[in-house]
Amino acid sequence: MKQNPQKVNSSLTGSKVYAGVVFRNLVLHLHPVRIPKKSIAFNHTFGLGGMLALLFVLQAFTGILLRFVYQPSPEKAYDSILSIQQDVFMGQFVRNIHHTAGMLMVVLVFFHLLRVVFTEAYKPPRRGNWIIGVVLLLLVIFSNFSGYLLPWDQLSFWAVTVATSMLDYLPFIGEKLMLVIRGGEDVGAITLLNFYNFHTGIFPLSIVILMAFHFWKVRKAGGVVIPGGAGDKDIEKVQVYPNLVAREFVVALVLLALIFLVSSLRNVPLLERANPALSPNPAKAPWYFMGIQELLMHLHPFFAAILIPFLFIISLFSLTFLRFREDRAGIWFSSDKGKRLSKKIALVTLLLVPVLVLASELIPDMVEASSGVRAFIINGLIPFFMFLFLMALFVLWLSRKGNYNMNEIVQGIFVFIISSYLVLMFIGIWFRGEGMELCWPWMR
Amino acid sequence: MNRRSFLNKIWIWIGVVAGIEFLGLSLSFLVSGKKRGERHNSDRLKVIGRLEDIKPGEVYPYSNGRLYLVRHSDGGMLALSLKCTHLGCSIHWNEDEDKFICPCHSSEFNRFGDVLKPPAPHALDTYKVIVKEGKVMVDLDKKIRRRKFEKSDLTYA
Ligand code: HEM
Ligand code: FES
Repeated sequence: MKQNPQKVNSSLTGSKVYAGVVFRNLVLHLHPVRIPKKSIAFNHTFGLGGMLALLFVLQAFTGILLRFVYQPSPEKAYDSILSIQQDVFMGQFVRNIHHTAGMLMVVLVFFHLLRVVFTEAYKPPRRGNWIIGVVLLLLVIFSNFSGYLLPWDQLSFWAVTVATSMLDYLPFIGEKLMLVIRGGEDVGAITLLNFYNFHTGIFPLSIVILMAFHFWKVRKAGGVVIPGGAGDKDIEKVQVYPNLVAREFVVALVLLALIFLVSSLRNVPLLERANPALSPNPAKAPWYFMGIQELLMHLHPFFAAILIPFLFIISLFSLTFLRFREDRAGIWFSSDKGKRLSKKIALVTLLLVPVLVLASELIPDMVEASSGVRAFIINGLIPFFMFLFLMALFVLWLSRKGNYNMNEIVQGIFVFIISSYLVLMFIGIWFRGEGMELCWPWMR
Repeated sequence: MNRRSFLNKIWIWIGVVAGIEFLGLSLSFLVSGKKRGERHNSDRLKVIGRLEDIKPGEVYPYSNGRLYLVRHSDGGMLALSLKCTHLGCSIHWNEDEDKFICPCHSSEFNRFGDVLKPPAPHALDTYKVIVKEGKVMVDLDKKIRRRKFEKSDLTYA
């Protein structure tokens, strides 16, 4: 049955309950008039993309407020944050919201990516949107990272020093790139200005543009992914208003309420003023980079900080170019078998990674100090190729002996990589104390 | 190819060229600014102190210039950069254990700047030490990267 959108629209206009111009222009620009019933179930998408869009607006709003007080220079930055917290009406609250929602965006953008991977929505016809999505992921992470420096306290100064130093290990252009980003040898005034510009100008602008593209492409693909696809004629459809709009409204209100609640109960941290001569002990990168910092404790920096993250991003982009014989798009975890495999893999990494970390901590360093090439081979090349070799064996075993299809195997590898990173990250955040030595969280 | 699509192609290429030019100009704008900013930090020659005050066997922090001045027992002096060669945290001197320790990922260096414990990949950078008219000075402009300590790194009065 084909509905005439014009007719629905005019009937809406006629009803005085919801005749707002805003509604017609905004909501019906984002959504079609009728959508498949399956796609509005909360546990199909978890509304993550919508939450991200809302949080972006919240960040823009609170960010503009903060910009009226904040001064981007090493002399004034810290004091202007103090002034926001102490002198400005509701300043602390606004800073709390911006900080909390910024953190939440990194978490949700990651969950959103998981949801897209686990429902196999990254394949054509959503190839373009997957690629835009990966760029958005990077933009959200780097937005958070560039904002991290702005308070100019001990936490932000050293987190950014450590994180930008990683570039130094990139062959040929690394050092130059670091000099350009920092605007000099050390993190200083020009670094702060650079970060401020990216954080409040270039990144948000890029996100707005890509988000518009992203939404348009969701519509162009016929809505979010569902089994059988949007082209299916007999699929059960419902009106967007009120079915989807009401759900979105509830999710938005709950999310905002939660953020406001957290922001009014707990003040976000501000350490002492940045002191370039004194690294805090321990000095940690922003939490989402702690997996990389943990890897750095075990592997040669070129592998830990450059090659592995680079390969990960390349594989994210290339995921959409894989060709599958079977189409499981829209089905969570591909199949029951795939779900069980992924669960097992996640459990195994939960045990395996801590064991490896402990082992690497207990085995004395095989590499004699300051032997550059040997360290590169022993702490880099050998573990890296050993990992690739074992991975290849595992995949071979899965497809030959376990009879898993490609959809399940790709998902399994993805789960393996993601859960390894998460375990490393949590070890770095919670189980590393003074001198970055391993310890229990309650003994830090 | 008809005339219209040919003209359209030309427009696209003109657009691409203009875009590249714009990008190049913006980049050179940014990069040139950085260099000029650095020039303003004149006076890179920092006086550490008088020679007679700097005792053999001692390690002196000089945090403004971000360095440690080490005077070895034979009188040789070494200006070590404070920056850990791993990821740039500031090392600190541990008197009791007679070594520099980095708080970030626990690299350790001896008083010659050599790595005692990785992950730091090579010895601490040094600055040129100049002794003139009884004063010890460090040239902050000349940071020297090195793999390992060599006897020639030391400066004698
Ligand atoms: C600022 C960040 C982002 C915002 C605001 C955003 C927003 C949205 C929204 C509103 C949807 C509609 C369905 C849903 O709610 O799940 C969506 C779908 C989608 N997103 Fe995102 N997204 C963001 C980042 C990402 C990232 C990081 C990826 C993956 C790398 C991604 C890939 C996709 C794909 C492929 C779809 C289509 C999914 C389908 O059709 O089922 N997006 N996004
Ligand atoms: S920065 Fe010194 S050990 Fe990593």
